[in-house]
Amino acid sequence: MPVELRDAAPVHRAAGWNDERTPAEEGRASPVVHPEIHREETCIHVEKFCLHYGTTQALHDIDLRIPRNKVTALIGPSGCGKSTLLRSLNRLNDLVDSVRTSGAISLDGRNITGPDVDVIELRKRMGMVFQKSNPFPKSIFENVVYGLRIDGERRKPALEEACERSLRQSALWDEVKDRLRESALSLSGGQQQRLCIARAIATDPEVLLMDEPCSALDPIATSKIEDLIVGLRGRYSVVIVTHNMQQAARISDYTAFMYLGRIIEFGPTETIFRKPLSRQTEAYVTGRFG
Amino acid sequence: MTEAAALDTELIRTPSRRPIAGDFKPRGESFIFLTGGALALAILMISALIAIVLWQGLATFWPKRIDRLHMKDGSVMLGTIEQRELGPGGSPRIQVHVGNRDVFGAEFRWIDESDIEKRDRPKDAVLLERRDWGPAIGFVTGIRTGDDARALEPAEGIEALAKALPPAERRLEEIERIDKSVIGEINRGMEEARLERLGARYEHRADPKALAAEIAEIERREGDLGRRYDEAFAVLQAERTEDERHALIFETAGGLTKEILVSDVVRVVPSNDLGTIERLLVYGSRVVEFVTDDPRSSNTEGGVFPAIFGTVLMTLLMTIAVVPFGVIGALYLREYAKQGALVSVVRIAVNNLAGVPSIVFGVFGLGFFCYAVGGTIDQIFFPERLPSPTLGGGGILWASLTLALLTVPVVVVATEEALAAVPNSLREASYGCGASRFQTIRRIVIPRAMPGILTGVILAMARGAGEVAPLMLTGAVHYAPTLPMDGTFPFLHPERRFMHLGYHIFAVGLQSPNAEAARPMVFSTTLLLLLVVLVLNIAAIVIRNRLRRKFRSSTFG
Repeated sequence: MPVELRDAAPVHRAAGWNDERTPAEEGRASPVVHPEIHREETCIHVEKFCLHYGTTQALHDIDLRIPRNKVTALIGPSGCGKSTLLRSLNRLNDLVDSVRTSGAISLDGRNITGPDVDVIELRKRMGMVFQKSNPFPKSIFENVVYGLRIDGERRKPALEEACERSLRQSALWDEVKDRLRESALSLSGGQQQRLCIARAIATDPEVLLMDEPCSALDPIATSKIEDLIVGLRGRYSVVIVTHNMQQAARISDYTAFMYLGRIIEFGPTETIFRKPLSRQTEAYVTGRFG
Repeated sequence: MTEAAALDTELIRTPSRRPIAGDFKPRGESFIFLTGGALALAILMISALIAIVLWQGLATFWPKRIDRLHMKDGSVMLGTIEQRELGPGGSPRIQVHVGNRDVFGAEFRWIDESDIEKRDRPKDAVLLERRDWGPAIGFVTGIRTGDDARALEPAEGIEALAKALPPAERRLEEIERIDKSVIGEINRGMEEARLERLGARYEHRADPKALAAEIAEIERREGDLGRRYDEAFAVLQAERTEDERHALIFETAGGLTKEILVSDVVRVVPSNDLGTIERLLVYGSRVVEFVTDDPRSSNTEGGVFPAIFGTVLMTLLMTIAVVPFGVIGALYLREYAKQGALVSVVRIAVNNLAGVPSIVFGVFGLGFFCYAVGGTIDQIFFPERLPSPTLGGGGILWASLTLALLTVPVVVVATEEALAAVPNSLREASYGCGASRFQTIRRIVIPRAMPGILTGVILAMARGAGEVAPLMLTGAVHYAPTLPMDGTFPFLHPERRFMHLGYHIFAVGLQSPNAEAARPMVFSTTLLLLLVVLVLNIAAIVIRNRLRRKFRSSTFG
């Protein structure tokens, strides 16, 4: 349901966001977590998670409980660490040589940050969609069933059934059902991104991680994908990073606002955008910075 | 505008613009002559090289007209005119190919043009290509069958010779068959028996009774073979005698006559009697012979087929050796190894290997492969043949491995570039789907990098096919009696010496006893080698383009 954005004039606070507490002071306080979060079942639990790129610290003491089967948005200005946090959830940051992490992340109660965790298994349970669509230079069919093939699935009926199911869920089936064997690179940008989403959900993961999936697309393609994401709620836990506040307001159930590598506030989307508890959140969502 | 307003605009008027220079006349770029000129010079040099090779190489097989020169001192010369230049005295002189090396000694002669009294072109002059001693240029004045010699007019002589050729060829084929297959097989059997005897002596050196038994068995087989040999030899002798009954009587320009066996003649070319179409046919048949036949007349005539075969086989073996090492090594360097100091050192070392002079590889191949490895294999597997080396000397196997070492850097560098060009977004997408590193490499990275890898492999093949220096030390020879691959077990003989196009050019051009006659062949062989390398490079480009088209992505819309 649409959420109205708060207008620029605050109702019961003094003007300006930095006259009571400095951002650093406010950030060092524990993130403001709204009580509704605790009523939800937790899918991913991030505890005191820190991440360093070499000597720079990108994430500071992240505490986050991502609710199950809901859409959670991560918003914040550029460079605040949203994508880094997202990539840490499926340990894609392991691919970067200079990364060091501390703290714990657990999926369904089981720790996933230890050195003895099977990262491959973990990633099979989380699908990921990237900012720029990256279909493989194979046919559409092969793209969608890639996750199943590497899992060892070889029976054609199973693969075809999974392909149709995923493409239907991604609202792409009608457009490509006659040309499944054609190259995926012949699709338009919006179609390619929907294909990547189909690829991500083909293995029926529990969690879907989306890193600004619509930022490279035109408004029509964007709205198609937003409808898609709303439709995925209830079956998948979706974590979506977005620059676009209106988008976050449109599609997410819960929103976390990040700034300079810290979670500032985390709560139901309606509350974050209408009655944020933190001064910084309010300044960001009303457009005064970022 | 009011006066006040006009004054205001004057005060705040911006400085005037630059006046337009003429009407936008173009002024030209100053350095275009330098850059364009350098490129033009380079293209000119390469074109000149190719033009010379093309001209000389294609002209080799064209049947020239035979001129008869009546000299002022009364002597007569018969031959084709090959070159023309200004002699040392300033007067023009020409080089005449008189052939008949067995009669005259020298096949080519330089004479002053001023010494020529008269020239004509006798219609019945004929050039006979022979199996040895080069061409014979003169007239056919008779045919002998057994003791019956008949004198003929030159025109009739050519006809009679043409009729006598096919049966002579058949006789020769039969002789060769008995010699190579039948007697050759018997010889192989004898050699096997000899080796078995040596082996038995070695094995049973402590047990005289067993030794005697084995030796008896071997001797029985040898006796068998000996009888078969005598039979075959008798047949061979009979055939040879029959063959020698058929000869032609040949007269050279100065009136000297000699006999030539009909079976020695390969081709009859009445050069002055041929029309253009017929000359083209002779040209065509010579070109076909060039690429399919063995050399004759000490590499001055005939074909270079063994060299082509040796080059192709060696290039194939080299590629089979280099691809696993190069591609898999580069895969490890780029995908698996932790990028750090050690990996950088290895990469620099591999790149520098590409700059090592090829003769150094030859010396390494000789010392390591031929003597060390080959010698050790000889001692372990073929001790009875020592001191005669089996794998301990040069051979096609060691030559191929040496060249594989030489081309490994090319493959490694090309593969690394191809792997680095695969965008990381594809790798991340694959990992995001839950693929392991090996699955990602196998399913996504390598197919995407395949055009680049293939290009590298084919470029390595082209480079390896053209290198000569390492081969000189590790197995290429001037003339090899057998091909390295034939119908006898084990079909591929890795210890055999082989002929090679590049080495052939060097050997024929610079080490031939008859340099003048060999020169045309050098150009033709060079042209052939250029064509082989060109074909390989074109194949690389075609395959790469075809694979690139598969991966072209549409980024619009």
